[in-house]
Amino acid sequence: MTPESEEELSAMLAERRDPVVIRGGGTRGIGMEAPFLETGRLSGIELYEPGALTLVAGAGTPLAEISEVLAEGNQRLAFEPMDHRGLLRSDGEPTIGGIVAANISGPRRIQVGACRDHLLGVRFVDGSGTVIKNGGRVMKNVTGYDLVKLMAGSWGTLGVLSQVSLKVLPESETEATLLLPCPDVATAVSRMSAALGSPFEVTGAACGPRDGALTVMLRLEGFEASVAYRAQRLVDQLGDVSLVSDRDESRRIWRDIRDVSAFHGRAGDVWRISVKPGDAPEISSRLEAEALSFDWGGGLIWALVSEGTDLRQRIGPFSGHATLVRASNDTRTRIGMFQPEPAPLAAISAGLRERFDPHGILNPGLMKTPAHA
Amino acid sequence: MDMPVANPAILARKTALVERLRAVLPEEALISDPAETRAYECDALTAYACPPMLAVLPGSTQEVSDILAICHEMGVPVVPRGSGTSLAGGALPTADCVILGVARMNDVLETDYENRLIRVQTGRTNLSVTGAVEEEEFFYAPDPSSQLACAIAGNVAMNSGGAHCLKYGVTTNNLLGVTLVMMDGTVVEIGGGYLDSGGLDLLGVICGSEGQLGVVTEATLRILRKPEGARPVLMGFDSNEVAGACVSDIIQAGVLPVAIEFMDRPCIQACEAFAKAGYPMCEALLIVEVEGSEAEIDHQLGLITEIAQRHNPVELREARDADEAGRIWLGRKSAFGAMGQINDYMCLDGTIPVSALPQVLRRIGEMSREYGLDVANVFHAGDGNMHPLILFDANKPGDLELCENLGADILKLCVDVGGCLTGEHGVGIEKRDLMLYQYSETDLEAQMRVKDVFDPNWLLNPAKVFPLSVSEARRGDLADVA
Repeated sequence: MTPESEEELSAMLAERRDPVVIRGGGTRGIGMEAPFLETGRLSGIELYEPGALTLVAGAGTPLAEISEVLAEGNQRLAFEPMDHRGLLRSDGEPTIGGIVAANISGPRRIQVGACRDHLLGVRFVDGSGTVIKNGGRVMKNVTGYDLVKLMAGSWGTLGVLSQVSLKVLPESETEATLLLPCPDVATAVSRMSAALGSPFEVTGAACGPRDGALTVMLRLEGFEASVAYRAQRLVDQLGDVSLVSDRDESRRIWRDIRDVSAFHGRAGDVWRISVKPGDAPEISSRLEAEALSFDWGGGLIWALVSEGTDLRQRIGPFSGHATLVRASNDTRTRIGMFQPEPAPLAAISAGLRERFDPHGILNPGLMKTPAHA
Repeated sequence: MDMPVANPAILARKTALVERLRAVLPEEALISDPAETRAYECDALTAYACPPMLAVLPGSTQEVSDILAICHEMGVPVVPRGSGTSLAGGALPTADCVILGVARMNDVLETDYENRLIRVQTGRTNLSVTGAVEEEEFFYAPDPSSQLACAIAGNVAMNSGGAHCLKYGVTTNNLLGVTLVMMDGTVVEIGGGYLDSGGLDLLGVICGSEGQLGVVTEATLRILRKPEGARPVLMGFDSNEVAGACVSDIIQAGVLPVAIEFMDRPCIQACEAFAKAGYPMCEALLIVEVEGSEAEIDHQLGLITEIAQRHNPVELREARDADEAGRIWLGRKSAFGAMGQINDYMCLDGTIPVSALPQVLRRIGEMSREYGLDVANVFHAGDGNMHPLILFDANKPGDLELCENLGADILKLCVDVGGCLTGEHGVGIEKRDLMLYQYSETDLEAQMRVKDVFDPNWLLNPAKVFPLSVSEARRGDLADVA
């Protein structure tokens, strides 16, 4: 099914009683079996106002098209969505609707916010074919309930996005990366915390193996003189640091962190765990992972583990959530992709899904973790 | 402004309700004497008042849970209240409701600099959150004008903004987690010290739900390290169009100021007469503030003044020290006080796309003349959040109604140009009946589904946000029994 318009999408869903799997570019395959509902034809940039930092586009618009248009205006999607193709060995072109539906945010999330923080408005069609709009195209809007946030990260289970409006931000003139070797994860997290707690506006704080040693990477962005000044202040504060001041080289480092390139081409399941940064050393030590990579100052742990591992069992109860990003369909079905919610919250989520998708046809079961897991 | 008629069946339960509440609350936390409940009859939208049946001031999440469970069982509506500074009537009682005030719950529960967060009880005022961390040079970013008085509970309920949200975002962008008490008394934790939700973003929909989904008793907030310094520049222009173009050029040049404030001539005149800040008399005045080290500030202000020069400013004044910076902000910060001295006023907060600024200001000027009421404009220009202040005389019969009609026309204009009814104050009762101008019934139906899930009996903060005609079927016995 490939609707040509929002109207057609609405008509299709109004009649539909059987499950569909919603698909943008297909780069983040969710391993469900049902006919695809493709959003690729709901495509095109409908409005771009650089002076108002606003862009409105059809949900099926390829990210590449948006990035290109923004680059001409020297702007960007500041939340830095990752490209899953390398990690998931998938093809296709990521779409903006897919990014929003999965609330995909990269290293800059710690400074500028997540995808959901940049989403100003949505139009979507719910499971009964009703067209709904929420939010708008202005940066401050508290008119009624914020269904915009609810749609970001709902993975299609509440409705199929047809249009999104986004806040965009200026591209930075340059950037630089500081590299600090660290003896262990605890030291790394405390160095990242120190940098993020400084006034020097660090826009990336990640940590992983580099040239055989655990290394903290800190990113600074902005005007050239300002980046140079802040880099010097951080060098003074943190000591033994090497500096990558070439913009393109720095960008390559952060693209690799964003896309978790360290795991590309390696076998095993991939998990993404969001924790309080200070909890990262202890929790990561319990994972028995084959490889680890940290972002968000330690608040985001990427773990590569042997196939079929139920990592949530290994972690035990913790404050945060673990999402299964790459695994066989069997493992996904058995363990569930998403962190189970405490009973009262699970009831609220289920209640919302029932009301927005009364026939249970939109990616059914995707966000509901099996009870036995 | 219509409110549902008090339900006599609920009023008849007052004695029984008081008795049950006494069993779970300390003596001083329960206010039932009509002379004392009158203190809760309105919020900062003082044109509307209605004493509640009772007021309760719980001291803990457990007490909030007990109160809600009892009210739920007895079918009594509850209106949550922070500090009562809502400009939209968000905390206006109904005669048959219990006001649940969280003001006594104002402790800091945890400050955690390593993880850059603070956990507070939500009766704590906005400014005192920053007060709790400024010793370590940290701050809490959202800064509504009422920050000295307003409570975090109300900030979360209304998703409050402030002058600095162009850079730092509004409440929802700085809220990491909440303790939420549902109407049936169930206590749930949502979010915490980690980022983003592993499931549906319930935190995102609770923030800004105007106290209709649950009572937030604790909040985990993101704190940030203070910048090394900040400095404003003041610019005067001889037309709104030119000032608007200058704002757009600054943003497109890749500079992201922390605040861009805009004042029009009526506002400049009033502020100047009141605060004598030394503002130039011109059509439009911009205050642009940037942050960083001295050298970074110099560089950014250099770029900004270069852009401003291209627009032939009638005045361009860079603050050289803290004293001069203070004087530049003085007039802006006293804008509301200045208006209050001239007359009664109504403050709107519709938001528009920045590109529509000149057109909207021109049209507001025309409407002001048509209605015969003065309108002064002061607003956050970087994000298009307008604050038209309509001056009226509350003692003059018919003036309030005239003012409300003009206000409604201005907000409709904001929607017509692609904006919205409210950028940071919330809908409350003030903009409730305009909701169908921005949203279709279907759009509102979708929002009401969320309330159905959290508060199936529609007992929390009744008769707000949704037009009464739209919510009638759901409010059921509340509205019918009269």
